[in-house]
Amino acid sequence: MRIAILGFGSVGQGIARAILAKDLNITVTGLADSRSGIIDAGGIDVAAALARKGNGDSCGTPGISPADVVTKAEYDVLVEVTPTNVETAEPALGHIREALGRKKHVVTSNKGPIALAYPELRALAEANGVLLKYEATVCGAIPLIHAMQEGLAGNSISRLYGVFNGTCNYILTRMAEDSLTYEQALAEARELGYAEADPTYDVEGIDAAIKLVILANTILDMHTTLDDVERTGITLLTPDALRLAEDLDCTIRLIGEIVPKAGVLRVSPRIIGKEHPLVVEGTLNAVTVEADLAGELTFIGKGAGSTETASAIIGDLLYIHDRYVQGS
Amino acid sequence: MKLEMKDQPGQLVAALKPISAVGGNIIAVIHQREASAAAKALDVQIVLELPEGRLETLLELLREQGVTVVRIGEERLLYKCTLIMIGHLMHTDLSDTVDRIDRTGSAEVTELSLVMPAINAPSSARITIRSTTRTEMKKAIRILRGVAEQKKLLIIEPLEDA
Repeated sequence: MRIAILGFGSVGQGIARAILAKDLNITVTGLADSRSGIIDAGGIDVAAALARKGNGDSCGTPGISPADVVTKAEYDVLVEVTPTNVETAEPALGHIREALGRKKHVVTSNKGPIALAYPELRALAEANGVLLKYEATVCGAIPLIHAMQEGLAGNSISRLYGVFNGTCNYILTRMAEDSLTYEQALAEARELGYAEADPTYDVEGIDAAIKLVILANTILDMHTTLDDVERTGITLLTPDALRLAEDLDCTIRLIGEIVPKAGVLRVSPRIIGKEHPLVVEGTLNAVTVEADLAGELTFIGKGAGSTETASAIIGDLLYIHDRYVQGS
Repeated sequence: MKLEMKDQPGQLVAALKPISAVGGNIIAVIHQREASAAAKALDVQIVLELPEGRLETLLELLREQGVTVVRIGEERLLYKCTLIMIGHLMHTDLSDTVDRIDRTGSAEVTELSLVMPAINAPSSARITIRSTTRTEMKKAIRILRGVAEQKKLLIIEPLEDA
C-alpha cells in the first residue's frame, strides 16, 4: 500500500519509524513538511528523510509543497498529520478535500477538519468510494473511535466521560502529589515537554472540548460546535482546593463529559473519588463509556506521543488496507 | 415513622421486609413493650432513608402486611453534595453565597471549610449542601453556579450526582 504523509513532526516521524521497524507492507511515495517535499512513486528513502530531519534540515526538496504532494504523488492513502488549526482547519481541510476528490482514502490525526467539517468530508468520501479515518484525533493510542463504531455498534450510549487531556492530568497529578502550585506544575510540564510554550489550548480545556465535539458529531449523531461545549479550564485551581478534596479521599481532574440525551457537552474540573478508575496518573488518558447493552467500559492509555499516535494512524491504515486496497 | 402491628412472632420481620424491597435503608428500630402490653398490638418506631418517591409504595406494602402506620415523621435532608469553590470568597460576601442556598428552604449549607492562603490571594472552600430531594439539590447547585458566575468564583462539582 502506498501512502503520502503530510506533516513530518512528532507524529509523522513516529509513523516513519514504525514503517521502518515493522514489516507493514507500506511504501511512502509522498512526504511533505512545512518547508519542503518529496515525491517518488518508487518509494521514498524514509530512513534518509528521518536522518535529514534529525539534523535539523528539511525532509525533502524546497519548492515542493504539501499541495504538490496531495495532487501529484501516486498513493492509495493520504496521511494528514499536520498540527491542528481550530479556527479554520486549514490548510489541512483543503488537502483532505482534494485527496478525497482524487478518490484517495484519508487517515488523519488533525482535529480541525474532523471537528469542523466531518459531515461534508464524510459525504465526499462516500461519493468517491473511499474512507476517512481519524482514530488518532481522540486520545492518541486508545482505540476509542474504533471501539465505539465497531465493537459497540448497536449500543446506545447514555454517557461518555473521562480524562481527555494528558497535559492537564499531569499538572493536576503533580499539584495533588506534592502540593505544587498551578504555575509550578505547569513549569514542570513544560520542562518535560508535556506542555507547549503557549499552554492555553490544553489548560483552558479547548483540546478536550474539541475531542468531545469529534465524538459527539461523528459517533453520537449530535450536531455540535466548539461553542456548544460548556468549558472551564484548570488555571485557577489552588493546592488548597486539592487538599480540601484530599480530606474526603477525593482528588480533582479535568473531566470531559457528554450526555447525548440531555445535550450536555462539558469540560470542567470535577471532584472525583481517588479510587475511581478515571483517576489515572501523569499524562495518561482515560474514558468511560456507558452503553445500554455492554454496560460500563473504561479505556485507559497514552493520549499523546510520537509512537502512540502513530499506533492509531497505522491501525487506521491497516483497516483500510484489509478492506479496500488490492495487492500490497 | 411509627408503626402499629400485631404482637405475634414474625410481625417485625414482615414490617421491615418491604423497606428493603423499595430500596430503603433502616437507620434505627425502636421497639418498646409497654407495661400495659396486654394489648394485642405492638408499637414500633423505625428511622429510615428512602429513595425519592418510594414512600407511597412502602405504605402500600405495609398495609398489605397488616401493619398500620400510626405516624410519619419529618422528612430530613437526605441528599448531600460536596463542592469546592475557589476565588475571592470573603470579598464577595461568603455569607451571602451561603444564604442564597439556605433561602430556598429545601436545601441548606451544612458544612464549610475555608482556606485563606494570603491577603489578596484567592481562597478555597469546601461546601456541603444537603437537601430533601434530588430535584432540590439540582436547584441548589444551579443557584450556586449563578452566584459563582456573578461573583467570578470557580465551582468544582463532583463527577457523580448527589
